[in-house]
Amino acid sequence: MVTQTHPLVKPASDLTREPLLRVEDLKAYFFMDEGIVRAVDGVSFDVMPGKVVGIVGESGCGKSVTMKAILQILEAGAKIVNGKVTLRSRIHHGDPNSAEELIELTHLHPNSRQMRRIRGAEIALIPQEPMAAFSPVHTVGNQIMETILLHQDVSKKEARRISIDVFRAVGISMPEQRIDSYSWQLSGGLRQRAIIAMALSCNPRLLIADEPTTAIDVTTQAQILKLLRKLQEERQTSIIFITHDLGVIAQMADEVVVMYLGMVMEKGSAMKIFKDAQHPYTQALLRSIPSVQSHPRVKLPTIAGSIAHPFNRPKGCPFHPRCTHFMRGVCDASQPHLVEVDEDHFVSCFLYSEADGTKKMNKTDAAPAKEESL
Amino acid sequence: MSDGLPPRVPKADAAGKSPLLEVRHLKKYFPIYKGVLRKLVNQVRAVDDVSLFVREGETLGLVGESGCGKTTVSRCILRAIDPTSGEILFREADDKVTNLAALDRSELRRFRPQMQMIFQDPFGSLNPRMTIFEIVSEPLYVNGMRSKTEREDHVAELLRLVGLRTEYMARYPHAFSGGQRQRIGIARALALNPRLVVADEPVSALDVSVQAQVLNLMLDLQQKLNLTYLFVAHDLSVVKHISDRVCVMYVGKLVEMATTEELFQAPRHPYTAALMMAVPRPDPSSRDIIQDLPGEVASPANPPSGCYFHPRCQFATEVCRTQTPELREITPDHFVSCHRAEELHLAGIKVNQETQI
Repeated sequence: MVTQTHPLVKPASDLTREPLLRVEDLKAYFFMDEGIVRAVDGVSFDVMPGKVVGIVGESGCGKSVTMKAILQILEAGAKIVNGKVTLRSRIHHGDPNSAEELIELTHLHPNSRQMRRIRGAEIALIPQEPMAAFSPVHTVGNQIMETILLHQDVSKKEARRISIDVFRAVGISMPEQRIDSYSWQLSGGLRQRAIIAMALSCNPRLLIADEPTTAIDVTTQAQILKLLRKLQEERQTSIIFITHDLGVIAQMADEVVVMYLGMVMEKGSAMKIFKDAQHPYTQALLRSIPSVQSHPRVKLPTIAGSIAHPFNRPKGCPFHPRCTHFMRGVCDASQPHLVEVDEDHFVSCFLYSEADGTKKMNKTDAAPAKEESL
Repeated sequence: MSDGLPPRVPKADAAGKSPLLEVRHLKKYFPIYKGVLRKLVNQVRAVDDVSLFVREGETLGLVGESGCGKTTVSRCILRAIDPTSGEILFREADDKVTNLAALDRSELRRFRPQMQMIFQDPFGSLNPRMTIFEIVSEPLYVNGMRSKTEREDHVAELLRLVGLRTEYMARYPHAFSGGQRQRIGIARALALNPRLVVADEPVSALDVSVQAQVLNLMLDLQQKLNLTYLFVAHDLSVVKHISDRVCVMYVGKLVEMATTEELFQAPRHPYTAALMMAVPRPDPSSRDIIQDLPGEVASPANPPSGCYFHPRCQFATEVCRTQTPELREITPDHFVSCHRAEELHLAGIKVNQETQI
């Protein structure tokens, strides 16, 4: 546990079991003329070294805002109002064995030199839209070299060599030629690989992949997922994998964080989330997705209603208007907290006792998922 | 070109009727011009000799990756764009079969109400300046229902049918969520009692928790109104969920068409098998089955020789490089365009016993 506030140097040996990144009770709100949108409302999770954390949720659940808050690249109008983000940062970025220090990112100014040193070198981002992420008027090689020159003390020639190496590492054929092409000359899959190459160019220890395969086709998606998994194993990079696709999460993540309307509903290992989900939302979500393994033309159990508008979020548990286990006077009165129901398995639901995490007796327990109503 | 069309016999349904819609050798080429003189330099073969049929009351799923021509096929069928060549045979209620590809605009008017479309983007497909009543009743007005009270009754009935409250009629689209908007789009498509509904990626813009609602609604409506769907999507699990039969397209060509269960359990085309293996399963205990297909989707402007899939196919032989395979029926109701379909034994997807309902 970290209690100290400002950057503090600790010997690396003490930190091996500590998380690489710890997010504690993070809240990021949008202050708008129409009111306050509580996009992220108390999110906590840890990223252990060399592990993949999947953040899964539907649109408006705050998964992308969480990522932006960690990197401090929130839009104007959005602010981190509470919470701590602690990163184990290397003192010398180029040296993988350098001593580490704990940095509280939330204490740094978004434009500070230290924050800018961390982005790209320590935490790199794979954005969703590979087309929008590259500038169309510079070659992809130049854009990757820019990152390298910014963070590492190397010559231009050396930077080009590194760029070609990462291009090869992400499986782009003919890297010497491709490096001089423009983003619009590359196909969707190649562009996504080039973005991954750019993110890896400074050898970061944490990759944030924000829906990296949403814009591409399934066969290309399989290639990219395989590549990310290979790179993660080779380099022991930690990855925060943000997606709405439960299939992708199941294939990639070690730990899963399920979010709904800015709050963590459930978190735990991938096995526990997929095989033994405890939160009614996670259970309903898993039931309602069509699978290639299910029988054709049978009706799916659905989640009634639709996601609430961010301006009028329901009081209490954000999922209560759609929940089949809704308890009047409990779920709509106050917000539940995350309780540990099993080892490393946390659920935020009033069905579970806050004292010991056991399931309370509930009349609505075995109620089947209701058919839709609007 | 030899006749790659499946023989007529198995196409008729149980009552011996010909299919509601039959597409034969459909082609749509988009020209590429270059220079000041707009010289024709090449053509994008978006749809390259596609033949398929849809029986009355069934759902035909059409899957493929982006750029494979599935949307172009659906638009050609509706004659939203004009096909380069080929036949689109549509059977009317009185069993008269007409080739829509040969009709001009005025002749097509009679067929328009019988074929309707559900669009992909529920945000772009509804005019933000029209109320829900105006949106849903417009096709009624255009087709001669001039009395406002009559239209109001009809719209109210349609809204109830798709599960929306009738009081919503006076509201504008911005007041609705994505799933509700898609219901409005479905109500509009059903306004004229169409016999064929073409749904182009109707759930891909929706959240997962809402997708299931819309899919269930479509299944419900099909039963109630005996609708015929052509369901275009890229998501195999969605297509499997809703379809009776499935067509798979690759670079403008139809590679396989079979009943849903057969296609998923025993695919006969290597591309179909690869496509199914590439879908990530929501099951962390079976992780090693991500198999990827090497290479990239071929360009429809510059397709490879022979079978378009051969550069990525692990089973490709000399004949695949030189000869274009024809779509042929290898077992009843199972059509494949692969030279080696009979000899290959490809792995399909087993139905997961746990997820059975």
